Amino acid sequence: MSRVVVVTSGKGGVGKTTTSASFSTGLALKGYKVAVIDFDVGLRNLDLIMGCERRVVYDFVNVVQGEATLQQALIKDKRVDNLYILAASQTRDKDALTQEGVERVIEELKEAGFDYIVCDSPAGIEKGAQLALYFADEALIVTNPEVSSVRDSDRILGILQAKSKRAESGEGPIVEHLVLTRYNPARVETGEMLSVEDVIDLLSVNLLGAIPESEDVLNASNAGSPVIMEEKSQAAQAYKDIVDRFLGEEIEHRFLTAEKKGLFQKLFGK
Amino acid sequence: MALLNYLLGQRKKKSATVAKDRLQILLAHERSERNAPDYLPKMREEILAVIAKYVDIDDEKLQISVDEADGFEVLELNLVLPDHH
Repeated sequence: MSRVVVVTSGKGGVGKTTTSASFSTGLALKGYKVAVIDFDVGLRNLDLIMGCERRVVYDFVNVVQGEATLQQALIKDKRVDNLYILAASQTRDKDALTQEGVERVIEELKEAGFDYIVCDSPAGIEKGAQLALYFADEALIVTNPEVSSVRDSDRILGILQAKSKRAESGEGPIVEHLVLTRYNPARVETGEMLSVEDVIDLLSVNLLGAIPESEDVLNASNAGSPVIMEEKSQAAQAYKDIVDRFLGEEIEHRFLTAEKKGLFQKLFGK
Repeated sequence: MALLNYLLGQRKKKSATVAKDRLQILLAHERSERNAPDYLPKMREEILAVIAKYVDIDDEKLQISVDEADGFEVLELNLVLPDHH
């Protein structure tokens, strides 16, 4: 049975694409067949984060409009087996996607035997974002511990609960998971940043995991390789935990407390 | 000054606490607006028309909302009548 998972947030720049890339890579590493779709028509970026920007020939809009087949447009990942990327169009406008067209592509992916179809939503609450979440069974709500991001996540939660196919057809609600990104435990401890408990409390969503703020995320996107591939990185380990928890494993949350600094680091370190 | 405040125990509220307090109020307000029934604006207009027959009131003085309290849906009407002269 295929599951459709939307990665959404309302606010831009909080880590949707970073999360989509690492989450889908993580699922594929577990042996599942995964397709990740960039819904950000006009502002394609998932291809760049996943390092396949020079291999895009046909895109999502081409498939929706019948100008290419799904097989022609799916880009096979070079690092991980069973992982395929469907890029957004860079030249079309955002009205090029239709609900019927998106539904057809998702159905075709299900028939092709994909276990997970990950939809990387554009920012905002307009048509593109609504289409990305419409067919979802589960949602990753990517949130930064910051006031505007929390507010926008709450808006998106309202849309998930009211304007999705599941909500409209009464099939049962979309399963919501909170992914807290750019988390800085040291600032939480000094009272300068909302804590995981604060955000859970405000949004009433189960925590799938928190990703610590990390230099590795920028380094990974510079290189065009999902951060989850960086074995030693805390961000990668946190994303792996997220994938495991999503698949039903019970794993204790990590990286929620600041690392204790030695006296030397306190005096001379950053 | 910061040190003095610290010693006197007058430490400023942490910014994360301020953020949480502000968000709690804002989200509650935005959720109630989002969940408001579709008929609310029209009903508000009609109630205003009835009240206007008897007293001269300002449109903005009537607040109307549907809230949930203890498992009940509560229609709340709030109207400030003008001063009597």
